[in-house]
Amino acid sequence: MRAARVLAITAVLGLGACAYNRGSVVLLPESDGRETAVTVTTGEQKVVLDKPYAGAQQTAFGPRAYQSSLQEVAAAFGPALAAQPARPQSFTLYFVEGKDEFTDESKQVIDGVFAAIAKYPVPDVVVVGHTDRVGSDPFNDNLARQRADTVRAELIRRGVAPENIVAVGRGSREPIIPTAAGVAEPRNRRVEIVVR
Amino acid sequence: MRFSQLRRCTLFFSLLFACIAGPVAAADIGQVKVAKGQVTVERDRQSLPVTVGMRLQPSDVLKTGDDGSVGVTMTDNSLLSAGPNSILSFDRYEFDTTTNQGKFDSTLQKGSLSVVSGRIAKQSPDAMTVRTPGTILGVRGTEFVVSAGG
Repeated sequence: MRAARVLAITAVLGLGACAYNRGSVVLLPESDGRETAVTVTTGEQKVVLDKPYAGAQQTAFGPRAYQSSLQEVAAAFGPALAAQPARPQSFTLYFVEGKDEFTDESKQVIDGVFAAIAKYPVPDVVVVGHTDRVGSDPFNDNLARQRADTVRAELIRRGVAPENIVAVGRGSREPIIPTAAGVAEPRNRRVEIVVR
Repeated sequence: MRFSQLRRCTLFFSLLFACIAGPVAAADIGQVKVAKGQVTVERDRQSLPVTVGMRLQPSDVLKTGDDGSVGVTMTDNSLLSAGPNSILSFDRYEFDTTTNQGKFDSTLQKGSLSVVSGRIAKQSPDAMTVRTPGTILGVRGTEFVVSAGG
């Protein structure tokens, strides 16, 4: 009787250890409240994780749902989480109509933008120039490119390696505020900078 | 005479083909941002040491040792980081920077991995998957951890 119980406990522990070795998945809380979910599929069996710390363990019988915790994740995934790169960030700088000069407002925020970029150990920067719909398409394509190049030159001047910057122009094709042709719109005269 | 002409012709077309199909610079899919301890990448049947700043190519396989960990940022802004004794392979990666559409499949053969999904997963559900031996994870977004025995 006793032997049977010991055997049963050993079997349960054995299964547990087995499950742990096979692996597990845990959904983490979303910092900005976005919808988040991961589906875990083994053969025909499927578990959907859509709550913070909802987990699934892989067992011989397929994925088994369970509730994990911050403590458990920190213990099992500490080194992996510590190696997570810095989150990508984006910034927008605005320009004077028809020119590749920063607006006065953008001149004031530019130091902060470059300081944020300087915090990345190996920054990979994408610079995309845009215009409003005043002027012809060829003029705006060229102007968008010039605006991107202005930002690129400023980044290089402040120490970002040229090979880590990609600068492109999109002309007036991707407005923030859609307008008719010929309309001046300050919010569309911009350069978007993504650093990752 | 005709035989040697034929051979010359064959040689010409072989060379031409070699020029067209020859080594093309592989597109970068991501960049190593963090590397601690022993980290290597298997590429073209070679094992190379991984350093911070290194750019990843399609079909790369990252391996970490007992004391190793590695963090990469993909071109779609996905973040993947692996702990010690891990093997992570980039099976498929396509990303159109204009439309934000793409496909990203990776496999954690063993070890531990943390994932923050990027633009590919945001555009269409199931455009991003992470496999472990026996399991497929469909990534709707956005942050999770996964381990694999082995």
